[in-house]
Amino acid sequence: MVNLTINGKKISVPEGTTIMEAASKNGIQIPRLCYLPNIHEVGSCRICVVEVEGAKTLQASCIAKVAEGMVVTTNSPRVRKARKILYQLIISDHAKDCLGCARSQSCELQQLGKTLGVESQYFEGKPQKQHLDKSLAITKDSSKCILCRRCVTICNEIQGVGVINPQNRGFATVIEPAAELPLDSVNCSMCGQCTVVCPVNALKETDGIEQVWDALGNKSKRVVVLTAPAVRVAIAEEFGCEAGTVATGKLVSALRALGFDDVFDTNWAADLTIVEEGTEFLGRIKAALKGGKAVLPMITSCSPGWIKYIEHTFPAQLAHLSTCKSPHMMFGALAKSYYAEKINTAPEDIFVVSVMPCTAKKFEINRPEMQNGGLPNVDAVITTRELAAMINEAGIDFMNLEDSEFDAPLGFSTGAADIFGLTGGVMEAALRTVYELVTGRELPFPNLHVSPLIGLDMVKEASFKIENPLEEYKFLDGLEIRVAVTSGLKGAKQLLRQIEEGLSPYHFIEVMGCPGGCITGGGQPRSTDPDVRVKRMKGLLKEDEGKRIRKSHENPFIISLYEEFLGHPNGSKSHELLHTHYTPRGIYNEYLTKTVGV
Amino acid sequence: MGEKIVKYPDSLTEEERHKYEQIANIIDLYRDKEGNLIQILHLAQQVYGYMPIELQRFIAEQLDKSLSEVSGVVTFYSFFSTKPRGKHTLRVCLGTACYVRGGKKLVEHLQKVLNVELGGTTEDRRFTFEVARCIGACGLAPTIMIDDEVYKQVTIQKLDAILAKYAN
Ligand code: SF4
Ligand code: SF4
Ligand code: SF4
Ligand code: FES
Repeated sequence: MVNLTINGKKISVPEGTTIMEAASKNGIQIPRLCYLPNIHEVGSCRICVVEVEGAKTLQASCIAKVAEGMVVTTNSPRVRKARKILYQLIISDHAKDCLGCARSQSCELQQLGKTLGVESQYFEGKPQKQHLDKSLAITKDSSKCILCRRCVTICNEIQGVGVINPQNRGFATVIEPAAELPLDSVNCSMCGQCTVVCPVNALKETDGIEQVWDALGNKSKRVVVLTAPAVRVAIAEEFGCEAGTVATGKLVSALRALGFDDVFDTNWAADLTIVEEGTEFLGRIKAALKGGKAVLPMITSCSPGWIKYIEHTFPAQLAHLSTCKSPHMMFGALAKSYYAEKINTAPEDIFVVSVMPCTAKKFEINRPEMQNGGLPNVDAVITTRELAAMINEAGIDFMNLEDSEFDAPLGFSTGAADIFGLTGGVMEAALRTVYELVTGRELPFPNLHVSPLIGLDMVKEASFKIENPLEEYKFLDGLEIRVAVTSGLKGAKQLLRQIEEGLSPYHFIEVMGCPGGCITGGGQPRSTDPDVRVKRMKGLLKEDEGKRIRKSHENPFIISLYEEFLGHPNGSKSHELLHTHYTPRGIYNEYLTKTVGV
Repeated sequence: MGEKIVKYPDSLTEEERHKYEQIANIIDLYRDKEGNLIQILHLAQQVYGYMPIELQRFIAEQLDKSLSEVSGVVTFYSFFSTKPRGKHTLRVCLGTACYVRGGKKLVEHLQKVLNVELGGTTEDRRFTFEVARCIGACGLAPTIMIDDEVYKQVTIQKLDAILAKYAN
C-alpha cells in the first residue's frame, strides 16, 4: 500500500493506482474529459490536472500514479485556473450551437463546462472547418470534434481496424481516414464503436429517424417493427435506469404507442437462424468427414460489422462464412413473403423497421444482396439511442408504461434467441440445437450454459465429444467438436490469421464485431460506466433463463413456419430468402469492380 | 510469420520500380526496430523525393500498419511532402523589408516565368517555389534562397541569371 495525502486527507491505496482513482475511491471527484476507463487512458486533454507538492508542472491525474508521501491538491486556485483555460482553448474553435445539437444535455463537453463553472468565453477562435461526412451508417462532423482521440484509440487499439487517425498538425488537425477520404470509401467496418465513445456530437449514427416517422405517417404502409435482443437490456438506461435493467415489456408498449402496426421480435428470426445455421454446419461436417469438399471452420455471419471487416481484410477467406443472412434480414425477407401472404398484403406495402444495438446494420440493409423480388428485406434501421429519442419526441413516459407482449406469430422466441445479443450466445444457442439434433439428448452443460464460452474475454474456446449419436449421425461418433468465440475485430483478426496459415483447430467459430457482442454495439446507449457490459450481459442471461422454451428448434412458430412455408431447413426456399453471399472488397476496396478510394 | 511477400503497385515505370525496390529493402532493414515508422518514411522520401499516397500505402502494407496511421505521420511532419518536389527549393523572403523593397515583384515575376504558384513545383520539377523565413539580411533586401545559397539585393534582371545557374 502507498500512503499519500489528497486535499489534506490521509489515504492509503494499492501501488500502481492513479491519482484520479485514488481520489475517486475517497470521495473526491476530479474533472476529466478524454479519460475512459479500460478504453482510453493516454491523457490527451489534461483537464484532470492536479497539483503535486514538489512537482514543477501540474500532473494529469488519470495517468500519474500515486507515490509514497505524495501531497496532492485537486482543487487549488492554480488547478482551477488551469482547467478553465484548457477548457476555454478546447471550446475556442468548437462549433458551439448547443441549441441545435443532438448531444445537448448528453454532451460530456457541455457537462464539463458546468462542472468547471465556466461562464464566459475568453478566446474567440475561428470555428473548425465544417466537414460533414455522412456514410451509410456513421456520420462524422469535424466542426464538433475536440480531438480527445477516444475514437482513435477504439478504432486502432481495441478494434484493430485503424481507419481513423489524426491527420495534419496544429490547428489543421482532423480525425480522418488517410487523404481525408470519406468513410464510405475506405475499410471502415461501420461497427460504430467510435460513436459510443465520442463525448460530443462529432461521431454518431447516420439518422434513420426521419425515414421511420415518414413511414409511420404514411397510411398506405403497414409498418412492422422488430427489436434485437440487446435493445431490451439497454434502452431503460436512456431513461435513467441502471445498466442491464430488463425492459422488454415496456419496450413493446412503447413501440405500440409510437404507432407501429406489428411489434415483432428479432429473436423469432434468431431461432430460425439457429436452425438454418445448425443445419448448414452439420452439412459441412458431414461433407468433410465423407471426404467431400467443405470449408471449415465455419464462421457465424450475423454481425454485419464483422462481415464488412472480413470482406476488406480477409477477402480470400469468405467461404468460411455461414451463408445465413443475419436474423433481422431473414425476418425482413419473411415479413415480405410468408407474413405478407398471411395478412393478405402486398409486399411493397410492408415497411420493415429494425431497432438495433448496431450501426453496421444501417449499412447492411443497403447491400444489393439483401433484396428479394426487387424489394429490400429491411427498409430502415434505427439504433437503441435513436429509438429512445423517438420515444422522447413522441412524449411517451417510458418508465410508467405497462408491460405488454410481442405480437404473434413473428414475436415468439426461445431463450436461445435472447443470448444472441451476447458474445458466445450464438454459439451456445447453436450447440443447444445441434447437439440435440445429433444425439437426441440435451447439451450436457449445467443449466444449458456452455460455461467456457460465457464471459467477456476476447477469445474463448470449448470442445466436447459426440458420443452415442442417433442412427443417421453415426458418422459423428467420437468426434471432438472444437469451437471458438471472439468479439471485437481484433480477436477476429487473430482467429482469421490462424485460418490463413492453415493452423485453425476449430470446426465452428462465432464472431461478433463489437467487444462483448451486441450488448455493447455501436448503437447502444453511451456510458462511462466500465461495468456496463457485465450488467447488460447478466440482463440477457436472466431473460434466457426465464423462458419456458430455451432451444431454438423447439420454437412452435418456427416449426409451423417450416410446415406451412419453408419446407425444410436449408431447402430451396430457405436458400432463396434466408441465405446470401459475400463481396470481396480488400483493404483499399481494390477488389470491387468500381474502385473507390485509393 | 513467414517472409512478407512484396507486392508492388501496378503501372510503375522502370525508374519508379527501382525506387520501390530500394524502399522495400529499407523496410526490411528497419522492420523490427521499435518506432521505425518515421525513420522508414524519412529514408523513403530521400529515395522517392516525395510521399505520394500510393507509396504510403505500399509502406503501410509492408509494415502491416493502417494507411491512416501512416498518412497521419506524413501529414504531421512538415518535412514530408505528398506532392513531388523540385530538384531545387527556391525560397523568396517575404519579411516586411524584403516584401516592400522588391520581394513582391520577384514573386510575381517568378510566378510568371516559372509558371507556378507559391508552394508549387514547376512542370519540369526543377524548382519548388516557397516562402523563406526572414534570414536577418534585411539591410540587403530583397533576398532569395536557392537550396542553401542566399542571394541578396536581387533584382528581376539578376534573377534570370541566377536561375540560369540551375538550368541542369
Ligand atoms: S457537441 Fe456538446 S458542446 Fe458542442 S454544440 Fe453539441 S451539445 Fe454543445
Ligand atoms: S465505425 Fe468502427 S471501423 Fe469505422 S471508424 Fe468507427 S470504430 Fe473505426
Ligand atoms: S471525433 Fe469525438 S471521439 Fe473522436 S477525437 Fe473527436 S471528439 Fe474525440
Ligand atoms: S482526463 Fe486525464 S488527460 Fe484527459
